[in-house]
Amino acid sequence: MRIADLIMEKILLNRVHLENSRSIEVYLAHEGYEGLKKALAMTPKEVTEEVKKSNLRGRGGAGFPAAMKWGFAAADPNTPKYLLCNADEGEPGTCKDRQIMEGDPHELIEGMIIAGYAFGAEFGYIYLRAEYPRLVGILETAIAEAGEKGFLGRGILGSDFNFTIRVHRGAGAYICGEETALIESIEGKRGQSRIKPPFPVNVGVFGKPTVVNNVETLSNVSHILRKGGKWFAGIGPEKCPGTRIVSLSGHVERPGYYELPMGVTFREVIYEHGGGIRDGKALKAFIPGGASAPCLTSQHLDVKMDYDSVAAAGSMLGSSALMVMDETTCMVKVAERLTRFFVHESCGKCTPCREGTDWLLKLLQRIEGGQGKEGDLDLLGEICDNISGKTFCPLGEGALGPVRGTLKYFEEEYREHLRLKGCPLKAGIGNS
Amino acid sequence: MQGTMTAKFSEEMLKRIEEILKRYATKRAAVLPVLYLAQKEFGCINDTALAAVSRALKISRADVYGLATFYSMFHEEPLGRNVIFLCDNLACTLLGAESLRDHLEKKLDIRMGETTADGRFTLKNAECLGACGQAPVMLVNDDFYEGLTEARIDEVLEKYK
Repeated sequence: MRIADLIMEKILLNRVHLENSRSIEVYLAHEGYEGLKKALAMTPKEVTEEVKKSNLRGRGGAGFPAAMKWGFAAADPNTPKYLLCNADEGEPGTCKDRQIMEGDPHELIEGMIIAGYAFGAEFGYIYLRAEYPRLVGILETAIAEAGEKGFLGRGILGSDFNFTIRVHRGAGAYICGEETALIESIEGKRGQSRIKPPFPVNVGVFGKPTVVNNVETLSNVSHILRKGGKWFAGIGPEKCPGTRIVSLSGHVERPGYYELPMGVTFREVIYEHGGGIRDGKALKAFIPGGASAPCLTSQHLDVKMDYDSVAAAGSMLGSSALMVMDETTCMVKVAERLTRFFVHESCGKCTPCREGTDWLLKLLQRIEGGQGKEGDLDLLGEICDNISGKTFCPLGEGALGPVRGTLKYFEEEYREHLRLKGCPLKAGIGNS
Repeated sequence: MQGTMTAKFSEEMLKRIEEILKRYATKRAAVLPVLYLAQKEFGCINDTALAAVSRALKISRADVYGLATFYSMFHEEPLGRNVIFLCDNLACTLLGAESLRDHLEKKLDIRMGETTADGRFTLKNAECLGACGQAPVMLVNDDFYEGLTEARIDEVLEKYK
């Protein structure tokens, strides 16, 4: 009932289809900066409490409660404090943050200003992935517009709150989506993860208390202030409320991005919104949350798309990038392709990740190429165990997702590669 | 190496660097934006560019080189007038990116990573361009082209001289 009532109501993408949706005039005509005005009439602590009430959880992938991060950073006496918006959307399959920034940049900016006010940050940076070059100008224009109207800068709307936002363009490194690597990168270093603790909320960028929030997380904030934490908490599952922008790709009739309440089933997304599998073929597998998430199969179609349900099914919701594969797809090839990505993106700091991903790739390539040997599957599992839990950051763990997922559900297909000395589905992937 | 001893940015670029430095708490934090400027001014991150960045930000040349080689947007060799990034990550591969790569390589008569003899195009592969819902995709300079087919690629390339 909760979900059904709200199925068509969009929160984040309710303005992107308007003409000139990026401009501040259109934004102001559609409740823009109302959330900020409300926030500035409250104390920072009250703002944090309101967001806590909403139970907004981080949309980058980990699902950590946003208000809790703010509370930690606010409690640290060290100043100045920094807000970093993670716009390094790089998890393969994900194209959600781009929709917000391209279509409604002020939604993000307003969320950042409110977040900054809530925990006492003076400086905000948007760490934007290099592959979105046009967005630099779009965001900088929106920042300038907000400044002209007094929403950014010194003494915002007559208060004593000062806040600036800068766009920092990344330079093509997936690892910089990990929060400590992102911090290193802004500081002008190689994007290599730091060990935690200390956590960024205490020792972040330039050694100061820092909150790193994802674009989609921050973009929810103005709506929460405007309509109340209680309203937000009532959408979707109790433990993980709100909507989610699902990036739907692969072998479906209608790929694209869909804003849906948390907790809709995979079946609904793939078959109702996505129009089902292309060309009347059968579903073979789907990856529920970007490249790092182990694949699931048709037996999981009724799993709900929220962090806890997907975790209980043995995978992760991550960035809610749903990649769908039909019956013609070779799952060894899928694992090989995604592993090649992780080899390329491993920052090289931790040996298990740097060396281990490379060995995984060699094995997968030889199995797919028909030179696999008896014992290779055990060896794959062993290398996974040697990476798991032994790296500074989650990249190493993420690299195991494709291998472990495909081995779990498609071991027989791997064995067939060994038996036939080649791929039984060679014509499949990429030729549909 | 002789040329690198005096390598530096033009006056205009130095002014832009001054502006960039105001955005950060440390000088070093400006290194990525300054590397982008260097790539623009010197055509690629060669010895001259490394020396100019090193001098402008007081970071050793080896350190700058370590950064330039870590991030995939910086290139040690000059690129063509137009740069094509063809995505071949999973979502694009599921929808035919591999045959599009073959088509591009054949049409331009180069392999991935190479530049055409006339300097018109450089072809590179990309690890997910964030347009998976419209796969397969490529980025040409600053613009996305989505839902690619061979015919669409042929049409798009005509626009770039």
